[in-house]
Amino acid sequence: MDYDRIEQRARRRETIRKAITYFLLSLWALIVLFPFYWMILSSLKSYSAYNSEYIPKFYTLTPTLQNYRDAFTAVPLSRYFLNTLIFTLATTAIMLVVILFAAFAFARLDFPGKNAVFALFLALMMIPNELVIITNFVTITNWGLRNTFTGLILPSVTSVFYIYLLKENFEQIPDELYKAAKVDGTSDLKYLFKVMLPICQPTMVTITILKIIECWNAYVWPRLITDDEAYFLVSNGIQEIRENGFGRENIPAMMAAVVVISVPLIVLFLIFRKKVMAGVSRGGTKG
Amino acid sequence: MKVVLDHLTKEFPSRSRKGDTVVAVNDFCFEVPDGSLIGLLGPSGCGKSTALNLICGLEKPTSGRIFFGDDDVTNLPPENRGVGLVFQNYALYPHLTVRQNILFPLQNLKGKDRLTKAEMLKKADEAAKLVQIEQLMDRKPSEMSGGQQQRVAIARALVKLPRVLLLDEPLSNLDARLRLQTREEIRRIQRDTGITTIFVTHDQEEAMSISDLIVVMKSGVIQQIGKPQTVYDDPANLFVAKFLGTPPINVFEGRVAGGKLLLGEDEVLRVGGVADQAVWVGVRPEGFIPQEAGPLCCRLEGVEVMGRDTSVVTTHPAAESVSIRSIITAEHRINREAGTVRFALKPAKVFLFHRESEERIPFEAG
Amino acid sequence: MDNKNWKAWLYLLPAVAFLGAFMVYPLADVLVYSFEEGYNSASQTFFGTGLYNYSYVLHDPYFLQAVKNTFILVIITVPISTGIALLISLGLNSVRRLRELYQTVFFLPYVTNTLAVGLVFMILFKKTPYSDGMVNLLINWFGGESVDFIDGPYWAKMFVMCFYTVWVVMPFKILILTSALASVNQDYYRAAKIDGTSKFRIFTRITLPMISPMVFYLIITGFIGAFKAYSDEVALFGTDLNAAGMNTIVGYVYDMLYGNSGGYPSYASASALILFAIVFTITVINLLISRKNVHY
Repeated sequence: MDYDRIEQRARRRETIRKAITYFLLSLWALIVLFPFYWMILSSLKSYSAYNSEYIPKFYTLTPTLQNYRDAFTAVPLSRYFLNTLIFTLATTAIMLVVILFAAFAFARLDFPGKNAVFALFLALMMIPNELVIITNFVTITNWGLRNTFTGLILPSVTSVFYIYLLKENFEQIPDELYKAAKVDGTSDLKYLFKVMLPICQPTMVTITILKIIECWNAYVWPRLITDDEAYFLVSNGIQEIRENGFGRENIPAMMAAVVVISVPLIVLFLIFRKKVMAGVSRGGTKG
Repeated sequence: MKVVLDHLTKEFPSRSRKGDTVVAVNDFCFEVPDGSLIGLLGPSGCGKSTALNLICGLEKPTSGRIFFGDDDVTNLPPENRGVGLVFQNYALYPHLTVRQNILFPLQNLKGKDRLTKAEMLKKADEAAKLVQIEQLMDRKPSEMSGGQQQRVAIARALVKLPRVLLLDEPLSNLDARLRLQTREEIRRIQRDTGITTIFVTHDQEEAMSISDLIVVMKSGVIQQIGKPQTVYDDPANLFVAKFLGTPPINVFEGRVAGGKLLLGEDEVLRVGGVADQAVWVGVRPEGFIPQEAGPLCCRLEGVEVMGRDTSVVTTHPAAESVSIRSIITAEHRINREAGTVRFALKPAKVFLFHRESEERIPFEAG
Repeated sequence: MDNKNWKAWLYLLPAVAFLGAFMVYPLADVLVYSFEEGYNSASQTFFGTGLYNYSYVLHDPYFLQAVKNTFILVIITVPISTGIALLISLGLNSVRRLRELYQTVFFLPYVTNTLAVGLVFMILFKKTPYSDGMVNLLINWFGGESVDFIDGPYWAKMFVMCFYTVWVVMPFKILILTSALASVNQDYYRAAKIDGTSKFRIFTRITLPMISPMVFYLIITGFIGAFKAYSDEVALFGTDLNAAGMNTIVGYVYDMLYGNSGGYPSYASASALILFAIVFTITVINLLISRKNVHY
């Protein structure tokens, strides 16, 4: 056997394989990043410069922040932003309380029919949103809650899946802790907040982050339930900007708005990168 | 096929501090004679698995050479070395049947080495027969016991007739009874096939019982190489002495003064040819002889009769551990009521070690 | 003891109330709606009951167009996105340097607002009197003719729609597949390497069977997700999807409910139930296939 040749061939193959791998990974990274680059680039070009480029340029030598000023003054972007913030925070906060109590009841308390009720809850996980949204639209309309925050928030403050996730987590806490707390005369509520909640904090953080992402990107429900611009969220806000904003097709200003809308979640993601990715692989779906 | 390791060294970058390296295998030199069974023995983290990975080619050494026979295989990819590897957790493909698992290595062969389907099946059957699992060929790994899975793993490693067979902790996932049975099985298979075999273990009893040679390692450095009995009877240093033997060796703080060995105040043995100094003294459990007027006086803590032998638990102020365990044969009687017991020591079972370097100090009994 | 039961239900009350009002009741209601003929949401009256709503929807050319669009989207994007995600995950798992960076970058589309980034895709692909757009510039470089991907021919619009959908769904698939690949015991690969198994054979005989449960999970969720496509299309083609000829089934449901063509909750309900039936059937088929192919 010619060992030198075998060695050489193996090494060369390894190098080629590595090169192809990195090329493919970089190619996809480019495809992912390019739209982000393009939106930032376009948002920095002045209106006249952008429209005079028949062949789009990949850079700009005269960046301007005018588009960002326009985005906040010509259209009510700050309004959309504030609405989304209120909607996101309120929905997430209420949902956390609701699922916390429900998960606690399922995990810790014993009552007749518990298993049947829980099975029913699980069955609800299979129901697609599209099926119930029609009636919810009619319900909210009948209650006169269109164009209110209550109407926006109400249907999305429970999540069977998160109850399930939290319940599973609660059940991993050993029974002995509960018994010990009971012997010490701790009430259920106190046990929930002083013992279970701190132990399950990572899961709560994961759920919070996932819910915030979901709320920030919500489009269908806000679009159905609001037609008053004062209650638009960023998603239907940007759609409004696209169709009626800025008077003319002011793409650079539109891109400035897109950048502003995209930044909060990206920052949140970069800070909590590990938590977000772990959370999504445990319980996120999109696509 | 003899295997030669020549100044083999493997360094890993340290995880804790940047730029630092951890030396997993440090300057290994030894030769595995053709057709022998070698046990690489050491506590966890001593670098024995790394050594195995270097031999099979899953890792590249930092320096040094590896020879199979006269071939230098140091930089050869694993598939060209002709090695078989058996894993601690068996690594059987869970979605394949036993037969498919054993066939797997054969189906990888290409070109002129490629066998016909019938030849492959015949070889697989032969390998299965060798490890006595012919009747299990159509089962999935999950439907078998740990011992059976281990046999399949061995058959899979043997089916392509490797030049060297490597076993990584082959018995540690088995329960005590199966372990005993399987280690004899491994010995038998190795004898039958005559394939040079290297296996890694942390269990000294396992290594001692089936190896032709054992290599005792600590922190990446070879401590001693030799036949199991030789290493046991003649340990090179305190670590080897402590690592081999159940129950373990009893260690005392002692000193040599004027050719006499003292444990505390007790003058236990004449030791010729040793300069006056403080030493570690190791005494094998079977090195104690109960004697009315024996020089070593210990406080008696308990006596455990274990059938043929009796285990005597005592304490002594100079002992390094809390209690001393000695094994004495049934002909000696111990008075359980007595508060103390006196022993004489068998010189061949007593070892002296340097206090700092812990290296063995030879002495002349007399 | 009674006291305790009462307490447990108190803890459950908010969840039960919200789910009852916004999930259980609507579920029953949507069935009722779908069989009520000529329901008028203003006067809340209807003429009679029957299958008329279903028949209307099934004969509506807009609905048929939406079904066609949705099916094309599903059939193209699910295999492509799963395939590319598998390829990328395999690549990611085989490299050590820059791995975290790549993972972070690949995940970005997940945390962006689809409506907002869709707008960027629109200007990248759109051909206007002022500019042919970025993508057409690339096409021209390679000697091709400019195409309007947003207001142009059907296949061009379909291409953008599929492209954007793949772009949006990739992060989730890559994430799931990388963690599935990472959880495969390395000993299998070491064993295979020692036996000289070729890369291709390692992939088909070891890697793929080992991660097959996750691949099937992705295919099933991928089908469900793609059948529900809607916001991505709005982002690209605007809210009037029927006019663009790019509507999806979910888009049709919402259009029936609300907007310029809205006010018909009965038609919306009937089409939503048809969608549910399609998704349900496909999921069952998927599960049956996966039961056969995922062993152990």
